[in-house]
Amino acid sequence: MAEALAERALELDKVSAGYGETVVLEDIRLALDVGETLSIIGRNGVGKSTLLATIMGHTQLHGGRVALHGKDISKLATYARVKAGLGYVPQEREIFPSLSVRENMEVAARPGVWTFDAVCELFPRLAERANNSGNQLSGGEQQMLAIGRALVGNPTVLLMDEPSEGLAPVIVEELARAVKRLTQAGGLAMILVEQNTRLALDIAPRAVVMDRGRIVFDGKSETLRNDPAKLEQLIGVVKA
Amino acid sequence: MAVSDSKAAERVLDVSADRRQARDRAAGYLLRRHHFQWPEALPWIVAIAAFFLFPDRMTFGSQVLVMIMFALSLDLILGYAGIVTLGHAAFFGIGAYTVGLGAARLGWTEPVSGLFAAAIVSAFVGFITGWFLLRYRGLTLLMLTLATAIMLQETGNLRSDFSGGYDGLPGLEFKPLLGLFDYDLYGHTYYLYALAVLAVVFFFVRRIVYSPFGQALTGIRENVKRMHAIGSPVHRRLVTVYSIAAGIAGIAGALFTQTNAYVTLTVFDFDNSAKVMVMLILGGTGRLYGAFLGAAVYMVLEDHLSKLSPTFWQFGIGLLLVLAVLFARRGVLGLFEDAGQYLKRFRS
Repeated sequence: MAEALAERALELDKVSAGYGETVVLEDIRLALDVGETLSIIGRNGVGKSTLLATIMGHTQLHGGRVALHGKDISKLATYARVKAGLGYVPQEREIFPSLSVRENMEVAARPGVWTFDAVCELFPRLAERANNSGNQLSGGEQQMLAIGRALVGNPTVLLMDEPSEGLAPVIVEELARAVKRLTQAGGLAMILVEQNTRLALDIAPRAVVMDRGRIVFDGKSETLRNDPAKLEQLIGVVKA
Repeated sequence: MAVSDSKAAERVLDVSADRRQARDRAAGYLLRRHHFQWPEALPWIVAIAAFFLFPDRMTFGSQVLVMIMFALSLDLILGYAGIVTLGHAAFFGIGAYTVGLGAARLGWTEPVSGLFAAAIVSAFVGFITGWFLLRYRGLTLLMLTLATAIMLQETGNLRSDFSGGYDGLPGLEFKPLLGLFDYDLYGHTYYLYALAVLAVVFFFVRRIVYSPFGQALTGIRENVKRMHAIGSPVHRRLVTVYSIAAGIAGIAGALFTQTNAYVTLTVFDFDNSAKVMVMLILGGTGRLYGAFLGAAVYMVLEDHLSKLSPTFWQFGIGLLLVLAVLFARRGVLGLFEDAGQYLKRFRS
């Protein structure tokens, strides 16, 4: 039991949360092991991003607990959760526009294997743009920087909110390759919220489907890939 | 048990060494990227040239240098950290009164140690008030900072037996600078003294701005929520920079008292807080040298316009501010930057 706890990177137990008095998430039970990657899929407005926001402490927790490596972080401030090992790539990227690419990363850097140079190996394009300001980057480069900025914080659990949103297909492929490399590197647990179902099921071996603030499926991505009827029933998408 | 303890201690040492290494690497990178460039010498050359070109206007020159320092302190919190305040005169006033009361009541007339005392007292008040006030933002913060300055002013008024009230503390005398340089009628010694102090303060502020701490402040100004989400202790950083800025404003206030040889409670006035903000907006916020340009332009204009029309001189300042807001949103320095960019594009 103690071993199982130690292996668990993130655990949400009966979590209910929302914005102010409004409850968006209800009775969420989710556990993520060390080095595991899972994707969260579902229609618009079902609470996928709110789930990540709740883990980060951006929402009002109405009930339940969030634990990181067995330690309850439900009452910690956002910055303390990041210090404890969470990393977050927001949907809007939110790059600091007047800081250079490198400064954007240095401001978030913590000791560990992920340094500016290591991120540039993952995204060589960022090395070329190291001295450019955040507001001079394309959407794809901003997304790479947002992921790089989260990585240099050397998290043990990385949360990514719709990294492919609004990007050209060729950039999405480049990002997908990089994220796959992260999943294969091991050690880093990841939750990927994604509208692009095919991409999500392709990257993560485990998938969680949400509907109206609840988890309605938690299992292997392969199951959904091989059963379009089930996927359609869950999220109304035929193609997988 | 002892073995695991020693391993744990080694791990802690490793982490702190890694952290130090990462911090040094980031600081080194920032210093290389923002190394001192020759155009930056221009304001200092102008300041030294002014000493020789206008030898009979050195008292006015000292006031310009004091206001540059005051504006620089505001730039640190407004331009870099995004803290909007209408009560920055509070710290200027505390610095001014630390030196004034020290000289008038305690006979502490040594000027340089007076500056240190002013910096410490102002920074301490900045720390205490900042700890509470910086939990708020926007209009609430504006009102609270304004109220702080007013409360300090009224406290001084309440104890007018000690502070001199609105009549102030006139006729203050200070020992020769470093025990060597006495003060002359035209203010030459004070000008060079103020210039030297400004240089020290400026390079200190420049070092802060281009350090990882300074970059974190820029991050806080641009997206405070994101800074929380990358693990930055936002409140602690804001309180730190607020205290530093308060200390620098205190030094400016102390220099003001020393160069004028008097101080009154008007140093706490809202006018003083508003004036320094206008100077900074005029010059350009978040640019270091915007404080130099804004304070110099404002002070020279004020000097000339008040001679031209002692009653309506503020109309000219108001008009200039309206023009700056309409056509030079990033201040006069922003106009220069735009012109530079245009020339670069034109050449290429």
